Amino acid sequence: MKILFAQLRSEIRVIARNAEQLLVIIGIPAALLVFFSQVDVLPTNGQTPVDFLLPGIFALAIMSTAMVSLGIATGFERSYSVLKRLGATPLGTGRLIVAKSLAVVLIEILQLAVLYSIAIVLGKDADIANALLLIVALFAGTMAFAGIGLLMAGTLRAEVNLAAQNGLYLVLLLLGGVIFPLDKLPEPLQNVGKLLPSGALADVLRGAITDTAAYCQSSWIVLACWALLAPLTAAKFFRWS
Amino acid sequence: MMRYGAVTAVEHVSFNAHAGRVTVILGPNGAGKTSTIEACEGFRAVTSGSVRVLGLDPQRDRKQLNKRIGVMLQDGGIYPTARVGEIVAHYCSLYGKGVVANEVIKTVGLEHRTKSTWKKLSGGEQQRLSLALALTARPEVAFLDEPTSGVDVNGRDMIRAVIKNLASTGCAVVLATHELDEAERCADDVVIFHEAKIVANGSLESIRSQSYEIRFRSGIAFDVAALAKYLDFPIQNMGDEYVITGTADAAVIGKFSEWMSFHGADIRDLRAGAQRLEDIFRRLTAGGSQ
Repeated sequence: MKILFAQLRSEIRVIARNAEQLLVIIGIPAALLVFFSQVDVLPTNGQTPVDFLLPGIFALAIMSTAMVSLGIATGFERSYSVLKRLGATPLGTGRLIVAKSLAVVLIEILQLAVLYSIAIVLGKDADIANALLLIVALFAGTMAFAGIGLLMAGTLRAEVNLAAQNGLYLVLLLLGGVIFPLDKLPEPLQNVGKLLPSGALADVLRGAITDTAAYCQSSWIVLACWALLAPLTAAKFFRWS
Repeated sequence: MMRYGAVTAVEHVSFNAHAGRVTVILGPNGAGKTSTIEACEGFRAVTSGSVRVLGLDPQRDRKQLNKRIGVMLQDGGIYPTARVGEIVAHYCSLYGKGVVANEVIKTVGLEHRTKSTWKKLSGGEQQRLSLALALTARPEVAFLDEPTSGVDVNGRDMIRAVIKNLASTGCAVVLATHELDEAERCADDVVIFHEAKIVANGSLESIRSQSYEIRFRSGIAFDVAALAKYLDFPIQNMGDEYVITGTADAAVIGKFSEWMSFHGADIRDLRAGAQRLEDIFRRLTAGGSQ
C-alpha cells in the first residue's frame, strides 16, 4: 500500500503542476457552465440553462480528466521514458494503473464538486433524480474516456498525441450534445453524435440528474460499449516505451 | 541472441558480471550494448538463449528482480517538472529499503539543487540525478547506461567515485559506455562488443596484458622486415610510428636497440608496455564507427 500511495501522490503532483491540464480539467468546464448559464443563447428544451447544461458539463469534465489529462500526461511520460524507468522499480504495472485510476477519480470528485457548487450558485435545484445511476454513469464514462485517452497515449508520438487529444476533445464537445441538444444538429451529425461516448454520457447523466434524457436506453448501450471496448483496445495496443 | 525483425542486435553473447566489481560494456554505436543491458533489466526478451541476473530470469521473475537491481537509463526516464528532492524521495518510497533521500542527493552532489526541476538541471546534473535513482534501490546489481555522457570533468570524478563506492559495497556494477577513457578509469572487467558480438571479455588487466607492444619513431629508414625477422615479432608501420606487437620484454628491447645501432638507425620516443584500452578497442572494432 505504501508503494501505491507514493505513486498516487506522484500522479496528483504531476497533474497539479501542469497549468494546461488544470485549465482543461477545471477552467474550461467551469467557464462554459457560467457563460452559457448567464448568456441565453442556447436552446435548452424548456429547462433553465443551468439545469440543461450541468449534465453535459459533467460529461465534459469526465472527458477532460479521464481522456485529455490522463492521455496527454501518459503520452509524455511514455516519450520521456518515465514509464520505462518505473517499470524497473518494484511498483509494477498493476499498481501503476491503480494509482493513475485513483488519481483520475480523485480529480473527478474534486471537479464535480466544484462544478456542482457553481451550478447551485447559478440557481440549479440541489436534487439529483437518481444518485446511483449518476455514479454508474460517471464510472462508465471514466472507463470509456480513459480507454480512448490511453489508446492514443500508448500508440502515438507525444506531440501527435497532444494534438489528437485536444482535437478529439473539441469534436466530442461539439458533436456530443454536451452544451446544446443533439436534435439541433443536422440529422447525419445527430446520428454520429448519438454514437459518440460524449453524447451517450451526457444523455445518461441528463437522465440521472434531471430525468430528462432524450435517448436514455440507447445511450446506456452506446456508453457501455465504449466503456468495455475502449480499455480493452488500449490494453491490446498500448506500448510502454 | 536478440533480433528485431531482420536485424540481429546481439548474437553469441555470453559474459558474467561479478559482485564487488565494475564490468564495463564497451562498443561502437549499434554494437548491441544497450540491447544486452535491457535484456538483463527485463525490458527486452531474448530471441534465443537465456539471461540470468542474481539467478533470476529478468522476464519471468521481473517482480522479484526489480526489488534487487538499480537502473540508470540512457535517457533519464524522469518527468521534466519533477523536482530533485521529490523524485529521489519518491523512488526511496518505491524501493522501501530505508534509503534516506537527502543522503543519496548529497552522495551525487545535488544537495544545492533539491528544489530544482529536471528540466532546469544541466546535462551533468541530470545524469547524477539519474544515478541517484539507481542508488535508491540499494542494489545488488546496478545497470548504468552511459553514466558519464555529457558530464563535465568534476562531475565525472564524482560519478566515478560513486560507482567505485557502490562496487565496494558488494554490488555488481554493469556499465555501458562508448567513452574509452572512462572505461579505462572505471573498469575492473571489460566486455567489448563489435557488430553484435563480443570480441573481448575479461579483466582489464588481462585484456591489456595480451596487448604488449614497443612503440618508437626513427629518423632514418631501415629494413622493417629484417628487424621483424631478427626479433621474431611482427612490426607495423603506423604513419611515422613503428609498433612491435606482442612484447614489451626488456631483452627484446635490448636486441632491438643493438640491431638499430648496428644498422645506423636512430630510435626516438621509445615506449614499451601494455596497449591503452583505446588502442585495443580500435584494433578489435576496426571498421565500425565509435
